[in-house]
Amino acid sequence: MSTVEELQKRVAELEAILKDKNDFTGSKREKIAEMSAEVVDSNPYSRLMALKRMGIVNNYEKIREYTVAVVGVGGVGSVTAEMLTRCGIGKLILFDYDKVELANMNRLFFQPHQAGLSKVEAAARTLSFINPDVVMETHNYNITTIDNFQHFMDRISEGGLNGGAVDLVLSCVDNFEARMAINVACNTLGQTWFESGVSENAVSGHIQLIIPGESACFACAPPLVVASNIDEKTLKKDGVCAASLPTTMGVVAGFLVQNTLKKLLNFGEVSWYLGYSALSDFFPKMKLRPNPTCEDSYCRARQKEFNEKPKPVVADVPAETIKEVHEDNEWGICLVDETSQDAEPETKNNLELVEGVRAAYTVPETCPTQGPTIEDTEVSLDELMKQMKSL
Amino acid sequence: MDDKAKKTLSAIPLLKTKAGPREKDLWPQRLKEEYQALIQYVQNNKVADNDWFRLESNKEGTRWFGKCWFFHNQLKYEFDIEFDIPITFPSTAPEIALPELDGKTAKMYRGGKICLSDHFKPLWARNAPKFGIAHAMALGLGPWLAVEIPDLISKGVITYKEKSEQST
Repeated sequence: MSTVEELQKRVAELEAILKDKNDFTGSKREKIAEMSAEVVDSNPYSRLMALKRMGIVNNYEKIREYTVAVVGVGGVGSVTAEMLTRCGIGKLILFDYDKVELANMNRLFFQPHQAGLSKVEAAARTLSFINPDVVMETHNYNITTIDNFQHFMDRISEGGLNGGAVDLVLSCVDNFEARMAINVACNTLGQTWFESGVSENAVSGHIQLIIPGESACFACAPPLVVASNIDEKTLKKDGVCAASLPTTMGVVAGFLVQNTLKKLLNFGEVSWYLGYSALSDFFPKMKLRPNPTCEDSYCRARQKEFNEKPKPVVADVPAETIKEVHEDNEWGICLVDETSQDAEPETKNNLELVEGVRAAYTVPETCPTQGPTIEDTEVSLDELMKQMKSL
Repeated sequence: MDDKAKKTLSAIPLLKTKAGPREKDLWPQRLKEEYQALIQYVQNNKVADNDWFRLESNKEGTRWFGKCWFFHNQLKYEFDIEFDIPITFPSTAPEIALPELDGKTAKMYRGGKICLSDHFKPLWARNAPKFGIAHAMALGLGPWLAVEIPDLISKGVITYKEKSEQST
């Protein structure tokens, strides 16, 4: 049994810890009602508002009216959210179902003491501390399941600061299924979004602006791969699924937020597709046209709407000019990889890809696997379920 | 894919209805086809003396669970299977998970989702929407178990449990 002295000592220790904690949160700044351009040490927005005086951005303070949804708060998404928070974005909506793990510590943003917390919760806490002016909304769930997908769509269409649609969705997820789910949601809603990604070998990445109907959607073509200038067949995948580097992820997050700012605040030129090869510091750039036979019916519907809309007469940069990024072909890359072992000559989409970017695989016109097809049955679903159980 | 795998694959009937779980009208039809293909595949396996899994779903067919087993040195190792049907199915394959092996092998993503070979996704994409859950089992989980389980046993990460004998 502890003595009174021991207990008093313990109370004092705990009080000291509590005071430390309070001091930490106590230094949290008050909210700021309006962005000021005044150049003083205490103004967190002075260097951003200086962009106006320098003639880069006309309307920087408008950033506070915008809402951005970040889907996936991992190596790319967390850094993306931090950049937007520091830029003073109006509102962030974060989606992720994962928890912070020590295995994430080779990436930026999260800290070891946050291990075990949900990524969205941990991120929202840190971000609110950095900039309490940003409105935070978090959702800790998997967007690809039937239980959550409708809610995910609702938050995109109603989660904006004004109760309407968000201004941009940023895909920072790490898998094909989640990208396809975001694609379905954005095609259905006609929502503009950026796709982003880092390859599983950590040495290449990309961002891609998708305006449903106007540009290729994520399902218009097989996933694209930025050439890494190494023979993929020599890549050893034994014993691991994926590698990651904070550098590549930081570069991709930087590209993503830079283009987000340009898109929202209407300055500079927004890239449609921008690739990054870390091994050769090579940055292919292009625009991808939508596929008229895209398997997503909402993509085709958005294409129809876009084609019927009168076009502004602003002269667009001809696609050919953009394509001249890389004239020689020192990597020996062909547009569609016919050398892969399962190569199919017929492709659904004649992709016009810039050198240094290729489709991960090709999709033939018809199903290549031959065999018997399911026969129609009068047996009910319940009966089939029972049959399966009794096997 | 070797000839044996090709033969196994070609004996699983291809599906007809392109529908995901959000398509209320067509999904029940697709679900029936999924069950038909799975029943056929399990029966084929039994005939070939290679019965290796059972699956069942909730009544909506959106959540699946079951067991798979693997024989190594005459001992039977059994694992629980679970996965959700993503809203993008059948354009994307279900992500099959063996939760009890989560954290025990690097050939897994969080939650025990198995890490498939580079060939699986292109193969699935080329055959969508005719491939179903049975094909995902044959092309995804089957080869994964064949490579990973002997490795995990040899490393001592998984050990033989008596109780798995009872549930045969």
